[in-house]
Amino acid sequence: MSRVGVIGIGHGKFGRRSDATVQELAFEAFRLAVKDAGIAREEIDASVVAAVPEYHKQRSVAGVVQEYLNLNPAPTWLTEVACASGSAAIRTAWMAIQSGLHKVVAVIGCQKMTELSTGEILALMGRVGEVQWESVFGTTFPGYYAMFATRHMHEFGTTREQLLQVAVKNHFYGAKNKNAMFQKEISLPTALASEAVASPFCVYDCCANADGAACLILADEGRARASGKKVVWLDGVGCASASMSVLRRPNLVGLPSAVEAARQAYKAAGVTARDIKVAEVHDCFTIAEIMAYEDLGFCKKGEGGRFIEEKRSYVGGSVAVNADGGLKAKGHPIGATGVSMAHEIVSQLRGDAGERQVPGADVGLTHNVGGIGQYTFVHVFKRD
Amino acid sequence: MFGWFGKISFVPFSKVQDFAVHLKDGRLMGSVCKGCGYATFPPRADCPQCLAGEFDFREIGGRGKLYTWTRISAAPTGFEDVVPYTLGVVDLEEGGRLVAWIGDTIPEGEIRIGMGVQVVPRMMEEREEIKVYYTIEKPGTTWGKAPPSG
Ligand SMILES: [Zn+2]
Repeated sequence: MSRVGVIGIGHGKFGRRSDATVQELAFEAFRLAVKDAGIAREEIDASVVAAVPEYHKQRSVAGVVQEYLNLNPAPTWLTEVACASGSAAIRTAWMAIQSGLHKVVAVIGCQKMTELSTGEILALMGRVGEVQWESVFGTTFPGYYAMFATRHMHEFGTTREQLLQVAVKNHFYGAKNKNAMFQKEISLPTALASEAVASPFCVYDCCANADGAACLILADEGRARASGKKVVWLDGVGCASASMSVLRRPNLVGLPSAVEAARQAYKAAGVTARDIKVAEVHDCFTIAEIMAYEDLGFCKKGEGGRFIEEKRSYVGGSVAVNADGGLKAKGHPIGATGVSMAHEIVSQLRGDAGERQVPGADVGLTHNVGGIGQYTFVHVFKRD
Repeated sequence: MFGWFGKISFVPFSKVQDFAVHLKDGRLMGSVCKGCGYATFPPRADCPQCLAGEFDFREIGGRGKLYTWTRISAAPTGFEDVVPYTLGVVDLEEGGRLVAWIGDTIPEGEIRIGMGVQVVPRMMEEREEIKVYYTIEKPGTTWGKAPPSG
């Protein structure tokens, strides 16, 4: 099979972006990606836009983005699988190129979340789960992951301190990322003392809603090689689903969709978990990163707490995880997040990550989860 | 009628909507597929195994074990007046799982994963409209049941 390469990347500032519309955010990332790729915009065959519609007043976001980027009449479409929408866009772009239908595809992840009122946000938070049997009891997004955390702590002895060490690490790296929403280190005592959200979680266990955009330009192997750039290849795409209702899952100590997506992606790329030097994982809540270490095979099930405690997921450890600050410090503009993860991995594999650079990074992955593991995408990237 | 189920309802109609009527009468119902006998809770009209669309309700005892739990301090819309509240996930003895509030018979300090529990049908009586739900209580907790109709 021929390969699909990333030839351009762009990333805007994440945070409370009261200065810009969603298409203006998209433009910031797109401009950088086109310049980075060094291509004429007319070469872009198609675009895939990732955004979760219920946060935007503008319906059908792909249309307004495509117009503002001046990409008409090239085809465009939207992908939506909650917080994994960005990786779904990358996957469909990969499919479009592999099929031979398109040669150069722009992937634009963009989201404005802070235009909604607190009331609207709280109403959405109450419908994050399965609404017929679960949301009627007031389940929330943090509440679901909190129940995973409670069970993980019970089965494996994972501690509050280990959970919050994930937040401490991610803020440590976020402080070095100019695109992050929170560019400030935090201490473990501060994190432990923050306000309760859903036991065992407090505020510092949770990521924050944000506005932002990121963009990738993907190309087929021939066009990518002709670019004369340091191409990063998307060699392993994995994707799996799991029941909407967490009640229908075999257990609540991991995400079966993540295990399966990782298996597919490793196989397609011809690598194992041991080959991964740098990873972006979906740390929407602290427990999610710990379960990701386990589901991706960086350590055994149940050992994720010790993995962070021993700093094995820091730069210099066995695999650098979320060296850009993760969702925790960058903020989580849900449509943009998967594309932002890919941006970081490409930048690491090119050797362009500056003071956050992982030495010798040649194989990296993104692990992007939608909802409470209803969808997981794992993408393995390699440099030449 | 399914709009009766839950403190706030997002789903007014369902093929299993009589679940809410049974709950009002004090009965907790799962479903059994008429095609292959697949039994599950919560009930479902359409069989995931044999694709049949015919099912019977079957009353379940509601005994089970607590699988996990959380105490919610940040409430979504519609739950501001009951926060903080505690959610539990129960593995039912007769198969299937549910999520519900942990009720007054189990104080927070006594919650233990793996403890035996009883799921109990409830009505919100302070309301003008009918509102039914169920809570997770200590084993042996009893409640009133209406006699089966028909
Ligand atoms: Zn059946």
